[in-house]
Amino acid sequence: MKLFEYEAKTILSKNGIPVPQGGLAADSSQARQIASRLKMPVVVKAQVLVAGRGKAGGILFAESVDETVNAAEKLLQIQIKGIPVRNVWIEEKIEIKRELYFGLTTDRFRQQYVTIASASGGMEIEDVASKNPEKVLTTPIRPDFGFHPFQSREIAKRIGYSGPQISELGRILEKLYQVGMEFDTELIEMNPLVEASDGKFYAADARMIIDDNALFRHQEYKKKLLEGESELSPQELEAVKNDLAYVKLDGDIGIIGNGAGLVMATLDTIQYYGGKPANFLDVGGGAPSEKTALSLKIVLSDPKVRVLFINILGGITRCDEVAKGILEAKDKVGVTKPMVIRLMGTNEEEGKQILTDAGIDVLESMEEAAQRAVEISKKGGR
Amino acid sequence: MGIIIDKNTRAVVWGITGTQGRFHTKLMLEYGTKIVAGVTPGKAGTKIEEVEVYDSGKEVQEKNHANAAIIFVPAPFAADASLEALENGMKTIIIITEHIPIKDAITVMAYAKKVDATIIGPNTPGIITPDACKLGIMPSHIFKPGGVGMVSRSGTLTYEIAAGLTRKGLGQSTCLGLGGDPITGLNFIDALKMFETDPQTKAVVLIGEIGGNLEELAAKYIKDNRYPKPVVAFIAGRSAPPGKRMGHAGAIVMGKAGTAENKIEALRNAGVKVAEKPSDVSELLANTVKT
Repeated sequence: MKLFEYEAKTILSKNGIPVPQGGLAADSSQARQIASRLKMPVVVKAQVLVAGRGKAGGILFAESVDETVNAAEKLLQIQIKGIPVRNVWIEEKIEIKRELYFGLTTDRFRQQYVTIASASGGMEIEDVASKNPEKVLTTPIRPDFGFHPFQSREIAKRIGYSGPQISELGRILEKLYQVGMEFDTELIEMNPLVEASDGKFYAADARMIIDDNALFRHQEYKKKLLEGESELSPQELEAVKNDLAYVKLDGDIGIIGNGAGLVMATLDTIQYYGGKPANFLDVGGGAPSEKTALSLKIVLSDPKVRVLFINILGGITRCDEVAKGILEAKDKVGVTKPMVIRLMGTNEEEGKQILTDAGIDVLESMEEAAQRAVEISKKGGR
Repeated sequence: MGIIIDKNTRAVVWGITGTQGRFHTKLMLEYGTKIVAGVTPGKAGTKIEEVEVYDSGKEVQEKNHANAAIIFVPAPFAADASLEALENGMKTIIIITEHIPIKDAITVMAYAKKVDATIIGPNTPGIITPDACKLGIMPSHIFKPGGVGMVSRSGTLTYEIAAGLTRKGLGQSTCLGLGGDPITGLNFIDALKMFETDPQTKAVVLIGEIGGNLEELAAKYIKDNRYPKPVVAFIAGRSAPPGKRMGHAGAIVMGKAGTAENKIEALRNAGVKVAEKPSDVSELLANTVKT
């Protein structure tokens, strides 16, 4: 779950990491109120989760209260990459001496958390890493040892600091690690972490992504997610609530499958035969019939869908359960679009029988089924 | 032969009284796997499919000499179950459970390394050495013994490709799923090393997907070590848009990192044949090796 910049900054600030003075505004009167208590100039930042906010015009600067209100009004009317701006974060502009990067993420190969530090902040860290790998300092954290002040001071020194700044920067890095652990983040970063002209450090931008799998330990945020405070589409939200993985795409072939790899490969195969998938939907393992029915409902709520391709390989999922779900959904949801179904694996014969008895054809090969779905979509869903 | 498990594997099922645990215990027993005990706290003294249920791993080991565990318990408790199995001397742990928090998974992997144990998963279909042992949830009828070692990040996609191999008469030495969660025990290189020394394995099928860089690292390993056995690969997610998590927590393209194109290019550079569609894997393999 991605947190908004203002949420991340509030958390960092509560945990002793300096952030610029600021406040959140949803309308011009709030913007005026906040601006009048801040020192000018200020930065007005659209609160959206999509990447590339700056380039899309989501960050404005203001020299006075009136300018701030104008900027806020302007941002609150626009959409950034299709997402309407609901809030702006207004904060004092820091006089920047240097921009740094500091983050905490995971190294899958080493199965450890790693801190990433760089004296080249303000840019995408992946870009820095690919162009100037020597400018990125990675420190793996041994799970049985943790991350301690002496390590953070070493990092501060290696990115070019000396004197009392070492301890101050070190303290901020260590705090960031602690926040990451407390909030189960899969990524937490300050980019940039700025050194101001007075030599103090501030997190000028912050990004936090809570590990979705750990949301059960962070009910406050889970609640926010389910109440639609993030930027999920209605279909995506419905899927999240029911533990289904759904991603909306642009095409016209609705896809339902089980297992992320298989669904991805199904999408790829559709594309290979010249078709366009409308979505990714993984019903997951052991999908009971109600879940299959719900999946059909979600996929069909996209008006662009002309044909449904259901590709199920039974392992933990039983094909007979899926078959029952398809029939149930057909009645309940009123499926009128053509369906191409492919079943294989656990209780395959029972599943095929159930569908065949109901007059629905079941195909054996994924390629054959994909080609059939593409053909139907090209004929406009007939 | 095959790798990691064999006829001497004696396994304990954690979460044996749950729907999935019970269902798959039955199927594993039918396949001939030695399931010696089950664990569900509070259910000691009951039996599932003739298998004795215990309250704890410690009580299991007082009467049994289990050397493996398969975990079905829900995600919030799966790390605890895995640590319990490790603490009680089990050296191969298969974590079927999906969606285990990263922090918990890191703790489990670190402890497993310390006690020199092997973790497969989390979010894995498990491992099968056809006709010898199955610790997992895969439909067994699609696998046949033979010379192809399979290692994959996906469950059902592995079944898809394995079924294709079997239809072509290309049997398997061992098939294992690394798991779809972001932090998993074994990686591709670990599996490649094991297949390299297994005399039954004549060729390897590697099934990857978008996200992370484990496929790129595997490609580097194959190239640097002039891997002696032919490798055929399939990478899922060519059509995946960047920034979207495709089901698996680990399957996400971030910026330019983790794309299917990157992985395919790295593998091809290492001399690996990469299939365009799942069904092409068996064709490429049949042309490469007679097993």
